[in-house]
Amino acid sequence: MRFAAPVKTTPAKTEQIVLFRVSGQLFAISSASVQEVRSADSMSGAATEISAPGLRKVRHVLRRGDRSLFIVNGAMHFGLHAAEGAQLFVLRKTRTALLIDGIEKMTTMSRLQALPLSFCHEERQWYRGLTALDQTVVPVVHPEGFLSPEELALLDAALLQADKPASEDPEGTSCAP
Amino acid sequence: MTVSTELELQSFVLLRLGERRFAISAKEIAELVAPSRVFRFPHRTPKLEGVILRRGRIVPVCDVSEMLLGKRLTSRRFYLIVVRNYGAHKEWVAIPVTGECELINAEMTAAVESDAPHVAGWLSHDGDVIEVLNIDTLTPGPERALAGAAGRQPPEAQS
Repeated sequence: MRFAAPVKTTPAKTEQIVLFRVSGQLFAISSASVQEVRSADSMSGAATEISAPGLRKVRHVLRRGDRSLFIVNGAMHFGLHAAEGAQLFVLRKTRTALLIDGIEKMTTMSRLQALPLSFCHEERQWYRGLTALDQTVVPVVHPEGFLSPEELALLDAALLQADKPASEDPEGTSCAP
Repeated sequence: MTVSTELELQSFVLLRLGERRFAISAKEIAELVAPSRVFRFPHRTPKLEGVILRRGRIVPVCDVSEMLLGKRLTSRRFYLIVVRNYGAHKEWVAIPVTGECELINAEMTAAVESDAPHVAGWLSHDGDVIEVLNIDTLTPGPERALAGAAGRQPPEAQS
């Protein structure tokens, strides 16, 4: 039996990536997508609690001027065993700060293979594709895949709800003493 | 043997899953390989275990035993790499099998409406009647996900 040779990809164009772990599982993200890396502890004072119905992976929000960054628990997003995230990736051009175990290392990938079409559920939003590094396969995450537009709408509504008492109570009588 | 009979003979690969044998059209087989490391990562597609690396390709591993036998395989000796069609696009999918495979020539009886969707037809070999598998309906893909979504109740509108 003869089969066509694998499709040749365009000449190697490398991309700098960050390998990180969530609940022990290895993932990769383009380093260009990571705006900041912070320790989770350093953010604990700045984050406020938020609760959107049916969205357990987001428990906190960071306010930065008029911008809100939703802290997504990576383990809950991927359905992994709950883990205490130690670091936060603030993702560029998104409203997501991703809680992770930690950074493994920075490296380059020379080939990103599309996620096989057999994978046909939420993972298609989660991953840009897969890459083979040192004889292992690592999923490369999509920075915009952590919060869908519907989830962002839910979170915005929850945020609005949380802000309401303060704005509707100019006297400030509802504040704790 | 008449010319018309020869034309009806097709090549099939017989595979073993537990105690049962199944067939797949030889045209849909890429290769048979020894088990290698399965790389697992989070996903939501049922039946997919992860991926293997094969000659520079990343190949999804799909365990079809539960669907065909009603239980998962406890032992696996090979991966049968099949060619899955997604419209005009083709991709490899690795199916774990429990025994060696055999190439045979046989005449297939086409499936009828009452057969399960994964049955492409039937063939008779060595006194056994063997299911010919339809890889495109047996393994997951976007069209099945869409069909699944269409079959589900739409979520209630939130007011």
